[in-house]
Amino acid sequence: MLFLMAIAAGVLFAVGIFMILRRSMVKVLVGILLLGYAANLLLFNAAPLMRGVPPLIDPVMGVPADYADPVPQALILTAIVISFGVTAFAVVLIRRVYAVTGTGDLDNMHCTDIPCESEEILSDLEDEIK
Amino acid sequence: MTALSITILAGFLIAILAPFLTRLMKHRAAFVLALYPLAVVMQLLALQRGSFTAPSIQFPWVPSMGLWMTFTLDGLGFLMGMLIAGIGTLVILYGGEYLRDDPYLERFFLWVIIFMASMLGVVTSGNALVLFVFWELTSISSFFLIGYKFEYESARAAAWQALLVTGAGGLAMLAGLVLLGQITGSFEINQWLQNPKLVQESSLAPAAFILILLGAMTKSAQFPFHFWLPNAMEAPTPVSAYLHSATMVKAGVYLLARLFPVLGGLALWNQVVPWVGLLTLVGGALLALGQTDLKKLLAYTTVSSLGGMVFLLGLGTPLAVKTAMLFLLTHALYKGTLFLVAGGVDHAAGSRDIRKLGKLAKLMPFTTLAAGLAALSMAGIPPLIGFISKEYVYESTLYYSNLPFILTGLAVLANVANVAVAGWVGIRPFWQQPEQKDEDLHLHKESVWLWIPPLVLAITGLFMGVFSQGAAQTWVAAATSSVLQEISKVKFSLWHGITPMLILSIVTLIIGVVVYLTSRTLIPGLAAFWKKLSFVGPNLFYSRSMRAFLSVAGWQTKILQSGYLRYYIITIIVTAVTLAVVTLATRYGRLPNPQWTQPRFYDVIFIVIIITSAILVTRAVSRLATITLLGAIGFSIAILFLLYSGPDLAMVQFAVETLTVILFVLVIYQLPKYTKSNYPIQANVLNIIVSVAGGVMMAVLMLLTSAVPSNSTLAPYFMENSLELAKGRNVVNVILVDFRGLDTLGEITVLMIAAIGVFALLGLKKGSKSGGNR
Repeated sequence: MLFLMAIAAGVLFAVGIFMILRRSMVKVLVGILLLGYAANLLLFNAAPLMRGVPPLIDPVMGVPADYADPVPQALILTAIVISFGVTAFAVVLIRRVYAVTGTGDLDNMHCTDIPCESEEILSDLEDEIK
Repeated sequence: MTALSITILAGFLIAILAPFLTRLMKHRAAFVLALYPLAVVMQLLALQRGSFTAPSIQFPWVPSMGLWMTFTLDGLGFLMGMLIAGIGTLVILYGGEYLRDDPYLERFFLWVIIFMASMLGVVTSGNALVLFVFWELTSISSFFLIGYKFEYESARAAAWQALLVTGAGGLAMLAGLVLLGQITGSFEINQWLQNPKLVQESSLAPAAFILILLGAMTKSAQFPFHFWLPNAMEAPTPVSAYLHSATMVKAGVYLLARLFPVLGGLALWNQVVPWVGLLTLVGGALLALGQTDLKKLLAYTTVSSLGGMVFLLGLGTPLAVKTAMLFLLTHALYKGTLFLVAGGVDHAAGSRDIRKLGKLAKLMPFTTLAAGLAALSMAGIPPLIGFISKEYVYESTLYYSNLPFILTGLAVLANVANVAVAGWVGIRPFWQQPEQKDEDLHLHKESVWLWIPPLVLAITGLFMGVFSQGAAQTWVAAATSSVLQEISKVKFSLWHGITPMLILSIVTLIIGVVVYLTSRTLIPGLAAFWKKLSFVGPNLFYSRSMRAFLSVAGWQTKILQSGYLRYYIITIIVTAVTLAVVTLATRYGRLPNPQWTQPRFYDVIFIVIIITSAILVTRAVSRLATITLLGAIGFSIAILFLLYSGPDLAMVQFAVETLTVILFVLVIYQLPKYTKSNYPIQANVLNIIVSVAGGVMMAVLMLLTSAVPSNSTLAPYFMENSLELAKGRNVVNVILVDFRGLDTLGEITVLMIAAIGVFALLGLKKGSKSGGNR
């Protein structure tokens, strides 16, 4: 089972990376989501996989003899919730960027230091002077 | 000493207050601010009654690291201090008038006083690191003063150049001082001076010496670092007179003199220092002869004179050291005067070109007098102090054990140039007819505060020559004693009888006058010659290396900061994969065998759903299809959680998955559409290779980690204490809300911030770019 889990997580990682290398902002967001799933699977497999033994304390029997490790589960629980927060924020942010710039293509947003607009303005000015 | 060092340090406070005072009193603030250096002069003169020394005092700086702010005074510090504070008083008075209507006068006062306090700090600090701090402060104030007329590109470039050259040298010097500190185990300069053997026997000493020499060479504009000083003439003239002639550039000379007892005994000292000095002495003099600008003429002769001082210290005989100290004093007196005169001429005539200036004597009689006295001193004519100084230079070279005639010959050559330049700057503009007519000159009369300071300096030079057995003799004796670390007697007089030195002086003067008279042909000829040679000059090297530096910076920024998200991510993934592979290949000979259980039939179904959906996501052409596929993956993972003992995980995953799908569906039509992006084939192949590599690495790592037997002590602890300590039976819940409750609080905070962000972004109107609900 672990082997299959590893393959699934590996595929999720690969597809996630592939998607964040795309030009479309929405695809990048999809990539982030996929990476989140993959990370959760990775964490889940950090402890031995066990079937039917949730980390619960029985009112009668007390601590069971066999139980799944609760620590990775607690971590994943946090991760799921946080990644939802990130997703919600990212969706709204992308919507806003799209509304302002009118493009969803990251290649149109590659200026680092100076905004592209001011570069264009500068070159326009130079042309005018010439 | 306590009082003196408090006065000196108070300068920084006064400097900060100076701009406010300037706003209040305009240029008249100079009269108040000049009281600061005057107070220092008074205190120094009071100490003169003793033996020029003051007991050192220490303020704790970082006592736990053995760092103390030590201040001390000896003959050398006294001589430098008198020059700094004395000329400083005159320069502040002069500057107030020179920059009278300048809107940035307050900045001049601010930085000049900061410089003054730092420079006084340099010459009174007894701790090498304190000295370094003040040293760098003088570089910084020099930067701001050179760039005073910041509207001009040339001023900014010159300021930048001076800062880079002296700053780099300062760093080298710091390294050298730290080495000396390592050798001796102390940063107290006094400790060094008392155990010169300790340093001289160390194998690190040559390295320390070279590094410190670099600091001194850059600061004192020695060849090949001399080029920044003439360029620094962009500064207002009072600054040039003060920093770049009389005081700051002498800091390097001071440093060499200060460490002479420690480093002077090294064999390298005699092999390097005199040659550096000699090269600068002769080179500066010859460069000066090709100039027509008053300030440039003075700047190059300053370079030459600084070379002379370094040369004399390099010779290292008691006579040479004595001469260096006398020359230090003399040079400050006449060169400071001539700079101030040049400023006055510039102010009155509106030009600094010696070819255009002439017949100014009637217009500015007092300036003419000051200029004449200083020029005579510079040319070495009795009874001015410059004469004594020149005699001593010749005596030092003539009686040196090695190559005396060559050294003397070169010294004569440099002095000939000095005679000619003294004439060009101090005599010619005032008495001769101008060579060229210039209609642009607007002559007006000299103003009082532009001739009093140079005249005071010039008359000091006269008195020191006539009464040479007074102040000059005692001060130079005291300075020499502290450089040589033994009591030295000095006896100056104007007349020694007919000596070889006197004959040399007369010869120098005659040749100098001839050179002076041939200026019409000599200057353009030499200027053309130097221009031809400029391709090997260090100035060109400087500008080339600056340009190369910038283009390298641009090139690497273009590579590292492409601005495309995917290149950053590819870099990260490739780095991570490479590091993981290298580590696995080198650190672990035998990898552990992963062990796994048999999967059940429906496990396989969900795994297959996940894998197929994930691969389909890459091919999806519509946004809706993507969301559906994501939902399939999310719900499948939730079921896997459920099957493998994570009921809480499953519940949360179901809830969040549902919410995510709803969220997407709500905003989907406001998101940008998928467009066909035209990737070049190679780029796509690269992306696929990188992502597959990343996925494979993660899968392998996952298998390997699970093969390591987990002997977590956390799980048993939480299981056993969950009910007992936290009264909860669901251990995962108890961990979240109780054992790690604070983490969960953090998580809630993150969600809150995200929610506020979402709310704020949704609130923005569609077209508004700057935010807010307008």
